[in-house]
Amino acid sequence: MIEALVIEKLALRRGGRLLFSGLNVELPAGQAAALVGRNGAGKTSLLRAIAGLVPLEAGQITFGGLDPEDARAEHVHLAGHQDGQKPARTAWEELAFWARWSGASETAAREAAARLDLTRLLDLEVRRLSAGQRRRLSLARLLAAPRPLWLLDEPLSPLDAGWRVRFGEIMAAHLAGGGLIVAAVHDPLPIPALAVEVGSEETAS
Amino acid sequence: MSRAMALLSREAALAWGRGGGPMVSLAFYAGVATLLPLATGPEPARLAAIAPGAAWVALALAALLSLDRLFERDYEDGALDLLTLSPVPLEIACAIKCLGQWLATAAPLAFAAPIAAIALGAKPHLAPLIFACALMGGLAFAFVGGIGAALSLGARRGGLLTAVIVLPLFVPPVIFGGGALDAYAGGLPWRAGFALLAAYAAGAVALGPIAMAAACRNALS
Repeated sequence: MIEALVIEKLALRRGGRLLFSGLNVELPAGQAAALVGRNGAGKTSLLRAIAGLVPLEAGQITFGGLDPEDARAEHVHLAGHQDGQKPARTAWEELAFWARWSGASETAAREAAARLDLTRLLDLEVRRLSAGQRRRLSLARLLAAPRPLWLLDEPLSPLDAGWRVRFGEIMAAHLAGGGLIVAAVHDPLPIPALAVEVGSEETAS
Repeated sequence: MSRAMALLSREAALAWGRGGGPMVSLAFYAGVATLLPLATGPEPARLAAIAPGAAWVALALAALLSLDRLFERDYEDGALDLLTLSPVPLEIACAIKCLGQWLATAAPLAFAAPIAAIALGAKPHLAPLIFACALMGGLAFAFVGGIGAALSLGARRGGLLTAVIVLPLFVPPVIFGGGALDAYAGGLPWRAGFALLAAYAAGAVALGPIAMAAACRNALS
């Protein structure tokens, strides 16, 4: 359980360029944050920094009372464009592996696939899936292995209108269960979310 | 444990399928082993003398061939990001990746090595030692090679860079293994060479993953 995600005076630098500085976010459990900003503003870098993949230039990120290492090992899901799914493997092999790697059972993976209407597609190779199906496959991992904090990089972009609504319901259910969501978006999320402007200073200058 | 087994089976399956799989490594190995007599001349006496060593060097080159994609694909498609978000330390994950690589490519090569050496004219009684050296050397090649593969992440033409980084590190196992085979063929004590090869492999297994994980973290950040 993560009580709150708190980002204080955060600055990130990528490739020698300062993306943003002085970013403060306080997200209590049960709420979502939508990261907005132009292309290249640092939304993805912020998500990767929360996941511990990118070193912080300044400031800190805390996960309630949890040790950051433990929080990232057991309580954080990251889902982005790069989903780590190998085109030559079947959808089931990939989902089962990532679910197991996240600590879920294969039964839970099957149930998650059913919730996202993937059951018929599980025998196909990942390369045969459409972009939206592939995204649903990578999101199925989030349902299979429950972890409180979801870091989503444009989760809705390849999904069709119907799936955007359904994934909105899934996100709402996750929040209702005490989860947290941080999503980088260009279109508004279908759920109430705290808007966080990333890299606004640079846009102004 | 279940996580480690899941990763090991995935890695072995991926290594088996990667770039045509072990068949390509085997074909490359056979090709190098065939080129050598063409270059040195076909006199049986000369060939028999160099056969174990030639088989051994060809093995090191074939091991190199399958290395460049060990981390590269996982880095490009984001799998490496997701592998870090787990209670399994990245060091262990790297070790498991190398182990999968060893199972899927070094083991088939170890079976081919005695056959190639005997085809070149080595005495058949050398076969068990060639097999053991190939298996042990393959372990060292996989773990040392993994360091090179991780260090060259994100570089253009990373495969070539991997080779340049890794080949000097392949020198000790090539010397130890080749020495053991030579000594055994000449009726001399060979255990020291084999023990040194095993020690090098053990060192690579123990220390390699630490270097690999550090290189991966650096590439991801």
